[in-house]
Amino acid sequence: MNKILQYVNVTTSYNGTPVVRDVSFSLREGEILGVVGESGSGKSTLLKAAMGLLGPGGVVTRGDIWFKERNLPDLPENELRRLSGPELAMIFQHAGASFCPIRSVGAQLFEAVSAHEEITEADFREKAAALLKKLRFEDAARILESYPFELSGGMMQRVGIAAAMLLNPSVLLADEPTSALDVSVQKQAVEEMLLIREMYHTAIIIVTHNIGVVRAMADRVIVMKDGRIMESGDTRDVLEHPVQEYTKKLMAAVPRLRLRRGA
Amino acid sequence: MTTPILQLQNLKKIFTRNGQSEFLAVDGVSFDISAGECVGLIGESGSGKSTVANMIARLLDPTEGRILLDGEDVTDVKARQIFRTVQMIFQSPQESFDPRRTLGDGIGESLLNVGRSRSQVRAEVERLLEAVGLPPDFARRYPHEVSGGQCQRAAIARAVAIHPKLLICDEATSALDVTVQAEIVDLLSRLMRERGMACLFICHDIALAQNFCDRLLVMYRGKIVEEGPPDEIVQSPKQEYTKLLIDSVL
Repeated sequence: MNKILQYVNVTTSYNGTPVVRDVSFSLREGEILGVVGESGSGKSTLLKAAMGLLGPGGVVTRGDIWFKERNLPDLPENELRRLSGPELAMIFQHAGASFCPIRSVGAQLFEAVSAHEEITEADFREKAAALLKKLRFEDAARILESYPFELSGGMMQRVGIAAAMLLNPSVLLADEPTSALDVSVQKQAVEEMLLIREMYHTAIIIVTHNIGVVRAMADRVIVMKDGRIMESGDTRDVLEHPVQEYTKKLMAAVPRLRLRRGA
Repeated sequence: MTTPILQLQNLKKIFTRNGQSEFLAVDGVSFDISAGECVGLIGESGSGKSTVANMIARLLDPTEGRILLDGEDVTDVKARQIFRTVQMIFQSPQESFDPRRTLGDGIGESLLNVGRSRSQVRAEVERLLEAVGLPPDFARRYPHEVSGGQCQRAAIARAVAIHPKLLICDEATSALDVTVQAEIVDLLSRLMRERGMACLFICHDIALAQNFCDRLLVMYRGKIVEEGPPDEIVQSPKQEYTKLLIDSVL
């Protein structure tokens, strides 16, 4: 399979302090890659580095992030902005917070889509409703007409994930997309992302501290600690038979449901 | 038979907005907690778990029903009258401490309030910090100067300082990394065992609750819908809602 996104010896620093150190990995087309680790391990910084979202004081000090023959940290801002959305999309822990509270969800999504392609509002509504329906939303029209505060946090998160797909990006970067959700909604969000991969062959990097989410979704997993990759491999291998001491400790600390007697 | 440490009788809470629109957050909840028992309260956001906790800690007044602590009706008393018996640990330790006072001040406050001298309190704070695995100089640190896990240890020291009979943990480990969560859970079970404290453990992580608690209560839309030993609830849930909840765990 072709590599669509490739990190080569990436080091990222905030105000001179490295938070990601010499990290290399690649994402293949249509693959779901999980990145796990504890707070401060640098896992979110990995995604932000690709999107140019490190903020003031944050820079990729060494290494390349290759996407379709382009090195993302070297791209001028306007070129990166053209890629953000139609090629690389990102979703956050609180998708609702990315919306303006006083405009309807539909109006804001129309604005986002028309920034990248010529489309009439009527065509947009049709396209958005069709996508929401495919992703198993019950009442697409009502969602588009709603204001963000009229939808629950879980619904808003699912809408945020769906919205990222309006421009049909080839890579979806998801930073803790299910961490603020109740288990039942979390499961729906995970199923939504799996459906997206199935329908659009989108490659997904999911950064999370929830091992259960990774087990349910990811083909491969990277374990990070203190800015470095501690272990990586097929999800099953890493989760069931960790090699590194740190990974063993991490897996042992995850509470597991005992579903069978004596298990 | 000994009196349970906590008895809730048909507790109800109706929130009113602008004095009119009503929301029934807790709808006739009754349960007991025996001395030294650890009871888990699980359910989704908005199911009323924290409202129950806040009523027990007397931070909220119930609309109806009674709360008995150690057999005594405390439904109408203020929080400061029961702080010796009930202490609470919250989800965000940093927010639960006064940002302008040291952790030592926070931990020792209840002891000062019951009339101990400053030097006694200082010595006791040091012992408490040791009991929760923190170095003595943490007494002089401020909440923002320590990590989330360390701050939660300090919050536990603060809660157990006065030797309460009941500890309410409202998502006390939810904001922590799993390895830190495992350490905090170990610390809590050791302290409960050593001091014979009972615990109401509010948690949305069902696996954690199954492993940590003696008994589980499942809350949905303000009601307790199912109750029993953790393995029984997880392995053979009787209510549709509980089944859905267990099935959703990834």
